Amino acid sequence: MAMIAMPLNMDEKRFALTLREAGAKLDGADGAAILDFSSVRRVDSNALRALEEFAQIAGDKGVKVVLRGVNIDVYKVLKLVKLTRLLSFEYCTAQLPRT
Amino acid sequence: MIASETVQENARVPSAAESLSPERIAYLENLVSQARTAAAIFTQFTQEDVDRIVKAMVLAGLEQAQHLARLAVEETRLGVMEDKVIKNMVASEFVYDYVKDKRTVGIIREFPERNLMEIAEPIGVLFSITPITNPTSTVLFKCIVAIKTRNAVIFGPHPKAWRCCAEAVKIMYETAVKHGAPEGVFSCLESPTIPDNAYLMRHKDVAMIDATGGPGAVKAAYSSGKPALGVGPGNTPVYLEKSADLNGAVVDIIISKTFDNGTICASEQTVVIDDEIYDQVLKKFADLGAHICNEKETKLLERTVIDPQTGFMQPMAVGQKATDIARFIGLAVKPNTKLLVAPIRGVGREHPLSVEKLFPVLAVYRANSVAEALKVCVDVNHAGGIGHTAVVFSRNDEVIRKFGEVINAGRIIVNSPGAIGALGAVYNDLVPTFSFGCGTGGGNSTTDNVNIYHYLNIKRLARRTQNHMWFRVPNQIYFNMNAVENVRQFPSRSTVIVTNPALEQMGHVDIVRRNLAPETKVHVSVIPDAEPEVKVILQGVEELNFYKADQIIALGGGSVIDAAKIMKLKYESPEADLEELAAPFLDLRKRVIQFPTEKKNRARLIAIATTSGTGSEVTPFAVLTDKASGRKVTLADYSLTPDIAIVDPQFVMSMPKGLTADTGIDCLTHALEAGVSNYASPYTDSNAMQAIRLAFKYLPIAYEHPRDEEARSMMHNAACIAAMAFSNASVGVNHALAHAFGARFGVAHGRANALMLPHVIAYNAAVPTKFMPSPYTQGYVSHKKYATVADLLGLGGQTVEEKVEKLIAAISQLLDQLGVPRSIAELGISKEDFERAMPDLVQAAFNDPSWRSNPRMPLMNEMVELFWKAYEGRGAAKLVGMTEQQAM
Repeated sequence: MAMIAMPLNMDEKRFALTLREAGAKLDGADGAAILDFSSVRRVDSNALRALEEFAQIAGDKGVKVVLRGVNIDVYKVLKLVKLTRLLSFEYCTAQLPRT
Repeated sequence: MIASETVQENARVPSAAESLSPERIAYLENLVSQARTAAAIFTQFTQEDVDRIVKAMVLAGLEQAQHLARLAVEETRLGVMEDKVIKNMVASEFVYDYVKDKRTVGIIREFPERNLMEIAEPIGVLFSITPITNPTSTVLFKCIVAIKTRNAVIFGPHPKAWRCCAEAVKIMYETAVKHGAPEGVFSCLESPTIPDNAYLMRHKDVAMIDATGGPGAVKAAYSSGKPALGVGPGNTPVYLEKSADLNGAVVDIIISKTFDNGTICASEQTVVIDDEIYDQVLKKFADLGAHICNEKETKLLERTVIDPQTGFMQPMAVGQKATDIARFIGLAVKPNTKLLVAPIRGVGREHPLSVEKLFPVLAVYRANSVAEALKVCVDVNHAGGIGHTAVVFSRNDEVIRKFGEVINAGRIIVNSPGAIGALGAVYNDLVPTFSFGCGTGGGNSTTDNVNIYHYLNIKRLARRTQNHMWFRVPNQIYFNMNAVENVRQFPSRSTVIVTNPALEQMGHVDIVRRNLAPETKVHVSVIPDAEPEVKVILQGVEELNFYKADQIIALGGGSVIDAAKIMKLKYESPEADLEELAAPFLDLRKRVIQFPTEKKNRARLIAIATTSGTGSEVTPFAVLTDKASGRKVTLADYSLTPDIAIVDPQFVMSMPKGLTADTGIDCLTHALEAGVSNYASPYTDSNAMQAIRLAFKYLPIAYEHPRDEEARSMMHNAACIAAMAFSNASVGVNHALAHAFGARFGVAHGRANALMLPHVIAYNAAVPTKFMPSPYTQGYVSHKKYATVADLLGLGGQTVEEKVEKLIAAISQLLDQLGVPRSIAELGISKEDFERAMPDLVQAAFNDPSWRSNPRMPLMNEMVELFWKAYEGRGAAKLVGMTEQQAM
């Protein structure tokens, strides 16, 4: 099983670049690409575009895309743009507002 | 003068049959896709993020106000450039002033006293139609509101105004994105068409439509199946009443009606003027630059500016100057004429100028009375302007209020210009807007000035509210032997003692009489020893009136005390309707029928109990029988609670054994039911528990040794204490069953309670088939409370289940000790008779309000089961359905 774990951060360019590089590494073997989203606080349109492209490439190659530690606010964005159907989620995190 | 421009063009209802090219569909899909992504990304933004963007947009709007106004006039050839600059500035600055400190992200409002908070949820993608009359100002307004609320908007401008709108959108978009807004948050249709609108209105990813335009556009929006904000045309009636400041009113009307050449749909259309000031007002209009049309000129206007076919205004006149309109139709006016004023004699198709005219032509009507003026205003209002805007000029507050009541308009503007007044925040405290909700009359869902809160899904987070509870008992309770002596301390000129013949014969009345203050005149009202009837009550009230009683002493059991409570009620408030006061209710604080508070007479009620069971001396209940109708009426209100209770055991020392047992079981049932009631509180619990303890200890002694003073005293106290508990926590299903059974088969109340009691405890201790909703309780605790009772009584047992079983056994043992029948069969009621009675029994029990506070909601089939268990009796009370977790 191909297991690729990669940390992502809010740097849009790096986010897209990392995914593009990861996309190229997907070799079609059965397995899962695990993306560590624990440091991602927000996503923008470039990030969404890159993620959608990566998910499509992975899907074509039969690789499951697993997002680990997705912030619940980011998860909601993915839900609204209907990207969640292309992805799997290991667990979500939530930053609770201070009361 | 422009050629036949169409204000209504954008207003056609889009047809599904109208097709779009694949390229156009791809173009529209791309706009929606971008907007959807932007809206999704926007959900992550904080209040600070959006406020920063909004401020930048507002500054850009102010900076570009003139540029956009010029573009709008050039493209649409409607209105006045200078006025459009003002509109753009109002749409930016005034709207900002309103929204700047408002929260639109996260928690937006909190109501701690109601345990409520409101949380904002963006709508998503909006499709927004904008009008030809206010194109750029409407775009500026909607962009600011959309960003403030984190929504994306696709604009569908009027086809004759799309370039200026596109420029306004571009300015707002570039500024917003520069300051951090998501890409694709705004877009504007290029060369928009009606099929474009139809496509977007039905698009699955468009969450809401905001249609500011003509009736067709609004109708299309509402017909699309999407949530829509739609605002439409108006027809603003104005009442110029004789008390008004005429100079101010005329100037205000001219300001409003000529502003942007009358293109604001809230502007004045027909001014109804009181006869006394009519000529004076018209002269003032003329002095300030209006042309007053004669009859012939009015006819000319009617033929030219109103379409004779449709009855609507001619688009060619919309937004044009008065002088241009006059020139176009061949009407001679002075060069500086601001307004054409046309007298009309009615409203409707025969009076064409009574409709909406978005240009500087104003109809005027001479009214002979306030009533006529209001009628004509209503007629104008209903001639295409329902829900929109109306104006009144008056110093008479009654006239203003009446106008407000009879006119159906979302904005009723007082002593100010209609158009600018309706926009809000300039002349009044209305919310600033460029979208006027017109209510159902205008086919809209709101009458509000549309603003930020209409662009949000407002979620209410409602925390569980701990409702206020209460513990209400008589002011003073005197107990123990010779407590009756305390009646002496209450001054009275005229006291009526209500009692029954047996008690009088036993000398109880004399005991009371001896203890009253010497100056008190005492009268005795002897009533039958039975549940009080209406006739008996009314006779008693007559006596109270005759003796002018200032004190009533109820000396007796439940029936006598109940009778005295109702006599007092009718004596103090003769108008009280007993039938009405017995209306059912669920929550005492929300009951529909209130007991009277106005008193014609006043009398103190002292209740002296002569049985140890009902506790009526401290309860707010009274039962009344109406023999004529065969009905029993239960009154419940804390105003019925006696002022003073005397719990003196000397009056119960001679109670027969059977009565001791029946009333003692009633007392125990009160306490057990109050203990597990959904209305139980720590206050009632302490009373319930103490009463149970006393009853278990002293009831057998009082039964076996009637002269035992301690036992009698403690059982008398127990009955009163249990009553304090159930007065505030109520009873339960045991009482509902017992009431129904006792009434049907003539069985004493306490005895009927005894037959049900073990079975009801087993029933309440089990997992309910249906839980009873109750804001007062947390979780299901009846079984644990019964276990606590078992612990209190020292019955032993390790688990909750064991303890409940031991409690049931102990109650069974007590009932045996008291020699009460243990099954309905033992009463000699045949199975067949009982079976025949069952439908009525269940109906009566279900209608009884007692079970409403029961911890478990009794289903009708469960009531049948409980009745049969009571019929079967001993051994039928088995604990079933308790979960392992419950039993721990």
